[in-house]
Amino acid sequence: MPASKTPSTSQKSSAAVASTTTKQTQQQVTGTTNAIQTLFKAYNETTSSRLKLVDAFLVFLMLSGISQFLYCILVTNFPFNAFLAGFGSNVGQFVLTASLRAQVNPENRTVFKDVSPERAFADFVLGSIVLHFFVYNFLG
Amino acid sequence: MATNSKAYSLPSNVSPETVANTSSLLRIVSLALISGAAIASRLFAVVNFESIIHEFDPWFNYRATRVLASKGFYAFWNWFDPTAWYPLGRVVGGTVYPGLMATSGVIYNILHALHLPVDIRNICVLLAPGFSALTAWSTYMFTKEMKDESAGLLAAAFIGIVPGYISRSVAGSYDNEAIAIFLLMFTFYCWIKALKTGSALFGTLAALFYFYMVAAWGGYAFITNMIPLHALALILMGRYSSRLYVAYSSWYAIGTLASMQVPFVGFQPVRTSEHMGALGVFGLLQIIAFAELVRSHVSSKQFQSLLYASVIGAGILGTAGIVGLTYKGWIAPWTGRFYSLWDTGYAKKYIPIIASVSEHQPTAWPSFFMDLHFLIFLFPAGVAMCFKQLRDEHVFVIIYAVVASYFAGVMVRLMLTLTPCVCVAAAVAFSSLLDTYIDPAEPNVPKEEAEATEADPGAADAPTTPKKAKKASAPPPTLGDFVGKFVVDEKKPHGIFGLNTRLAVILNALAMLVFFVLHCTWVTANAYSSPSVVLASSNPDGSQHIIDDFREAYYWLRQNTPQDAVVMSWWDYGYQIAGMADRPTLVDNNTWNNTHIATVGKAMSSSEEVAYPILRKHDVDYVLIIFGGLLGYSGDDINKFLWMVRIAQGVWPNEIQEPNYFTPRGEYRVDDQAPPAMKNSLMYKMSYYRFAELFGGQPAQDRVRGQQISKTSPTLDYLDEAFTSENWIVRIYQVRKEDLLGRDLKLANAFEAGRKRKKQKPPVRRRAIA
Repeated sequence: MPASKTPSTSQKSSAAVASTTTKQTQQQVTGTTNAIQTLFKAYNETTSSRLKLVDAFLVFLMLSGISQFLYCILVTNFPFNAFLAGFGSNVGQFVLTASLRAQVNPENRTVFKDVSPERAFADFVLGSIVLHFFVYNFLG
Repeated sequence: MATNSKAYSLPSNVSPETVANTSSLLRIVSLALISGAAIASRLFAVVNFESIIHEFDPWFNYRATRVLASKGFYAFWNWFDPTAWYPLGRVVGGTVYPGLMATSGVIYNILHALHLPVDIRNICVLLAPGFSALTAWSTYMFTKEMKDESAGLLAAAFIGIVPGYISRSVAGSYDNEAIAIFLLMFTFYCWIKALKTGSALFGTLAALFYFYMVAAWGGYAFITNMIPLHALALILMGRYSSRLYVAYSSWYAIGTLASMQVPFVGFQPVRTSEHMGALGVFGLLQIIAFAELVRSHVSSKQFQSLLYASVIGAGILGTAGIVGLTYKGWIAPWTGRFYSLWDTGYAKKYIPIIASVSEHQPTAWPSFFMDLHFLIFLFPAGVAMCFKQLRDEHVFVIIYAVVASYFAGVMVRLMLTLTPCVCVAAAVAFSSLLDTYIDPAEPNVPKEEAEATEADPGAADAPTTPKKAKKASAPPPTLGDFVGKFVVDEKKPHGIFGLNTRLAVILNALAMLVFFVLHCTWVTANAYSSPSVVLASSNPDGSQHIIDDFREAYYWLRQNTPQDAVVMSWWDYGYQIAGMADRPTLVDNNTWNNTHIATVGKAMSSSEEVAYPILRKHDVDYVLIIFGGLLGYSGDDINKFLWMVRIAQGVWPNEIQEPNYFTPRGEYRVDDQAPPAMKNSLMYKMSYYRFAELFGGQPAQDRVRGQQISKTSPTLDYLDEAFTSENWIVRIYQVRKEDLLGRDLKLANAFEAGRKRKKQKPPVRRRAIA
């Protein structure tokens, strides 16, 4: 159950951001647009559809991870290795996809000079294969 | 006009391609030669002695590897060893780091597939030298990332022959460290590479080599904490970048899952405090990455500051969560081994078994020089140079240097983790020195200043060649030479004039290198190449005399005792007995069961009457002790005896008390003045049984303690002397079975010796009759 650490932090992050945004809305009662709306608008306008696809996958992985974590806490953690494998697969895939997203994001071109988008995708595939090799081995 | 003068001329008709090709060829040749030197210098042990497994732990690794090679991987994985920790047994497959054995097994199978019938023992003996060549290569790669190829080559040469690393990797020293240092350096290299390029490929590679490291050595926790520490330092320095996110996340997510595949590690990465730092940094990075993403879309100032506050708040919350979970018991707190790193007195107080190991003692300062020679002087200079550039990878070396220096001061064996860092830092410093002094460019002195500089003692070296005129006419230089940066006055031209200064410095540097090589060779040949299973001494004529008591005794056990005869000895010799004599042992170097070891300690340190029931209950047939008093072999059981007493006292504080084994004046004596508890202890009696007879009436001299042993030999009623080796180093006693008539063995002995019981009166009457 201590494995719960990772998800709780990511939950926390979203919760923290949510709380800040609510505070933000309270502070900006006079404003016409609240922060969340600004955020969504900016996101919709500046993000390419490819990145949006990646983001959709990220959201799915996050939801899947959260549901597994809730199952572990509320129902049982009995095959703990199986839980860790499933949850680790979610977290691992999430960070690998997030890495891919960062690498192919045109805004980050200057940061990743040595990694072309094609290379980034190859890295992503290799990382995922290695990750799922261990996941499969650990499912038991 | 801007051409700089040269201290010596370089050939100008060479194309850049030729230079590049030649230098890369030279690099490859140098690396090959360095590998050759690294392997060759580790073969002293084989040349001076023979191809034999050294010391204690390697004997277990060797035994396990033999099982792996002969019965296959699954048999090894599921191996339950009933002969160790008699009568408990040991689940070997689940309590071992299998990386080393698996490596040898793979090499063995490959060689046999190629029809090269190499003996598994030779693979085990030569594994460490072979991997030292790989270590040199990985150190080259690592240092290349810090500075350049030439520094890399120097670092490779340093790590190849530095005694601090050779001490654990000579031929025959078949231990986990043999492959672990290579894995350590290569994991670090992959990490640095991943961080520099932001490539998930190198992150994955780092995770894979981390997995190999976890499978190979318990010291993997060093990587588990070094990389998060580096990442955290970068975040705190405000150097967060997406590259850091990619590198750390891919390494952690894959590496942690992979590390849990090793049965001995199991769920520890999510359950113990040692691993929580890595998890915390992982969570922190996710939060920061998310915050950065949001920040890139929203530019409101207020929003951003709120975001920062929430990131910090989440970080604090996460830390509090981990602490809370530790208090609730979900996460195991730090283990004793970890505490003993912070509080050097901790182990002695609470876990005497750990403190009793000689390589867990604090390091004496001469051993820094002994193990690292002049690298230890260059080490701080190299670290200082890392501060000058302070790119992300230099932060890593600085953190590594600080952490490893501390650990090396706490424990002798952790000198091993410091050594690679010292080699890297020293190579950076040394190659900077060479770069500066080999570079032929001379500083330009403006014409008007030329006269003034002439009077300067520093310029006195300037050559009086016609070049000088050209040089003098050149404009003030902008080339900031490396050394020049140390000069306060930036406007003054700085650099090195002439050949003689250069030669003086370079020749000194080369002399240091030569002395380093001589020192390393000498230390390796004399201090670190002894197998400790075979001892060497020199005859009066200088030839070598081999003392082979250990193997003599172990083979005696193997050939003269039944296969299932249980041998009791102190835990140091458990692996050797299992490996060489192939007999069940009570305790061995695994030291997982403190109570069992304390039981042996109690049997050894209490009197015969008390010890005998313990021996019988554990089915002990033979008791083996090491006695160096005749030869002056100081690592014997009498010198280890106090640890036996201490460990036994930890479990039976009422029966065994350490002060009883000292004289009233607090001395540790084995002569006439030895305290009764000492004289009656089984260990004392077994050690000095019939010792005085050797001296034929002369006072018996114990050459280790330098004390005179009383002429009357201790008597043994419950044990029989079964075997004593040529130089008395190993003595084996057989435990007597219960008396057939049900008498106490002491009485039975007395009866057989013709001594009468004191209460009886008959003698008087009989004499009267006669």
